[in-house]
Amino acid sequence: MRKITFQEALNEAMIQEMERDKNIFVYGLDVTDHKRIFGSCKNILEKFGKDRCFITPLSEDAMTGMGLGAAINGLRPIHIHQRVDFLVLAMNQLTNMVSIHRYMSGGKVKVPLVIRAIVGRGWGQSSQHSKSMHSIFAHIPGLKVVLPTTPSDAKGLLISAIRDDNPVIFLEHRWLYFTEGEVPEEPTPIPLEEPNILQSGDDITIVATSWMNVEALKAAEVLAKRGVSIEVVDPRTIAPLNDKLIIDSVNKTGHCIVADNDWIHCGFGAELAARISEKCFNDLKSPVNRIGFAQAPCPTTRPLENEFYPNAVNIIREIEKKLELETTDLSREEFYSWEKRFKGPF
Amino acid sequence: MDKSKLSLELYKKVYLIRKSEETIIKYYMDDDMKTPVHLSVGEEAIAAGVCHATGKDDQIYGTYRNHGIYLARTGETDNFFGELYGKKTGMAKGKAGSMHMFCPECNFLGTSAIVATCIPLGLGGAFAKKYKKEKGLSFVFFGDGALEEGAFWESLNFACLHKLPIIFVCEDNGLAIHSHIKDRQSFKSITDIVSKFGCNVFKEKSTDPEVIHNLTLEAIKKQKENGKPCFMHLKYYRYLEHVGINQDFKFGYRSEDEFKKWLKVDPVNLQRKKLLKIGFSEKEIKKVETEIDKQIDKSVELAEKAPFPDCEEVLTDVYS
Ligand SMILES: Cc1ncc(C[n+]2csc(CCOP(=O)(O)OP(=O)(O)O)c2C)c(N)n1
Ligand SMILES: [Mg+2]
Repeated sequence: MRKITFQEALNEAMIQEMERDKNIFVYGLDVTDHKRIFGSCKNILEKFGKDRCFITPLSEDAMTGMGLGAAINGLRPIHIHQRVDFLVLAMNQLTNMVSIHRYMSGGKVKVPLVIRAIVGRGWGQSSQHSKSMHSIFAHIPGLKVVLPTTPSDAKGLLISAIRDDNPVIFLEHRWLYFTEGEVPEEPTPIPLEEPNILQSGDDITIVATSWMNVEALKAAEVLAKRGVSIEVVDPRTIAPLNDKLIIDSVNKTGHCIVADNDWIHCGFGAELAARISEKCFNDLKSPVNRIGFAQAPCPTTRPLENEFYPNAVNIIREIEKKLELETTDLSREEFYSWEKRFKGPF
Repeated sequence: MDKSKLSLELYKKVYLIRKSEETIIKYYMDDDMKTPVHLSVGEEAIAAGVCHATGKDDQIYGTYRNHGIYLARTGETDNFFGELYGKKTGMAKGKAGSMHMFCPECNFLGTSAIVATCIPLGLGGAFAKKYKKEKGLSFVFFGDGALEEGAFWESLNFACLHKLPIIFVCEDNGLAIHSHIKDRQSFKSITDIVSKFGCNVFKEKSTDPEVIHNLTLEAIKKQKENGKPCFMHLKYYRYLEHVGINQDFKFGYRSEDEFKKWLKVDPVNLQRKKLLKIGFSEKEIKKVETEIDKQIDKSVELAEKAPFPDCEEVLTDVYS
């Protein structure tokens, strides 16, 4: 199969869906400038015109409510934010209107609204351009929360999100934009609410979100050389959460680490740990461990930023502790440094 | 429409609103309607006047103080009382209650208990009309307090920028709960400011539903002519406490004298007197009133008897 990047996959999904359904439109800050949301909105203006792809005033709150109003009136809006941090200004609409509207109508209306937002990282993104906050969105009944990892997920899940009749928050990690992978040319939806086993293994389960899957796979690759067999499960959609594959995996391995691309405290890892303790209690050989951001605002300077973000090495060390392995010599391993590709500024 | 017919229709609407709310007041202490009510008593002319000017393609969005516009728009009371009683027969099966009245069948598409938060929805409704080249306007109701929220200004800006088919209806009672407008707003004339956005503006202090109705027709006409959104600034007096069924003059934050002045031009009385003056007999009016009374009594009875929603309903309608 042909390979394309995550960014191209997003772009292709939107274009193919917009060709299929004229009620889909794309809007948000900067969607039509020369950068086109890191390439993900390339050619949309040219193909579909300014009625279906347009920039907005800097009014995140009202523009979110506008999307809801359009959605209940038969349109299928895709609202895009360059950073999740900007989406916070729409929290009122998200939590007080978008998420409740169907319920408050007694099930009479549908809300087919997609909100794409990018999770920033690195090169000094600092505290206000780096948040993911997926557990905060996932906490709110009525919202769906999707975190694609692979280019194929980016396309297949975005298609499903667009076709879904519910509000979907679609969170894309900036560094994943560069990743390449096999993606079908045809519009092929991947069902929301289906976790993905990125790699099968028997000794331990790593449940990872978004970028942390890249780190988890690297950890698995390193430890495979020592004969440790790691299962990496990507939930992909964290709300509503279908935990069956995760529970089955932990029942099989007896060990679980949640590597979340977010803060740990009150986060998605806590939710999973609780579910696993309820549903896997008898098969658990060790407590569920959690890996995530340092419990601090994201700092700017590189050394502190390195401390802030968890990585494959942290995962390896955690696995060694859990499985009582000796410390692996990592001096000859090469770990990802995506900053070779991502030189900022944004 | 023939003038006397219009007067009668408007009277029916203001009477329906007043009587429905008097009925709420009458039974509220029975504690079967467990939902905070923000009554429209005093505001009927705006609800009836504006809504009567709307057509079936027009849409309505509002706030928690929505009984007036709901009744004026839908004319129905079965689902209305069903909802207030929290019953299965409510239009949202009791999930919504007084503050979230809804009726998609009548293009009554959302109300919100968070100040100004429904304005962007109305904006989206107007956007959808323009996008799909559909007929009709989006009417968005909100109080004077909403003028202090960002969502209002964000929505106004976008609506004017894109010339959306929208009518902003500001129902100004001079109060946000107990705080006076002069203690909250630095500007003297909201219409002056709004007009600078390129919006058609209209203002009125009348409690005469016909005056409001005609002004709304004028606004609709103007919108059709120049394609610009309209902003209607309409004053009224809130008779009762912010939320609940009682008068609250004893607390001293506003004077009863002011109330008495407004009461002289009470919208329901005003319209009734007008009917007598233009030739309706007392008997004819009584007949109309009795019919509405019966409708309401029947609705209350139905609501009282109706079952509550099944317990499983707590988890339905969260997602489609
Ligand atoms: C965002 C927000 N802030 C505060 C409140 C509490 N609150 C409820 S009603 C109200 C007053 C609103 O006044 P206005 O908009 O003039 O409407 P009115 O009640 O007079 O119809 C306030 C402050 C709220 N519901 N939402
Ligand atoms: Mg007010």
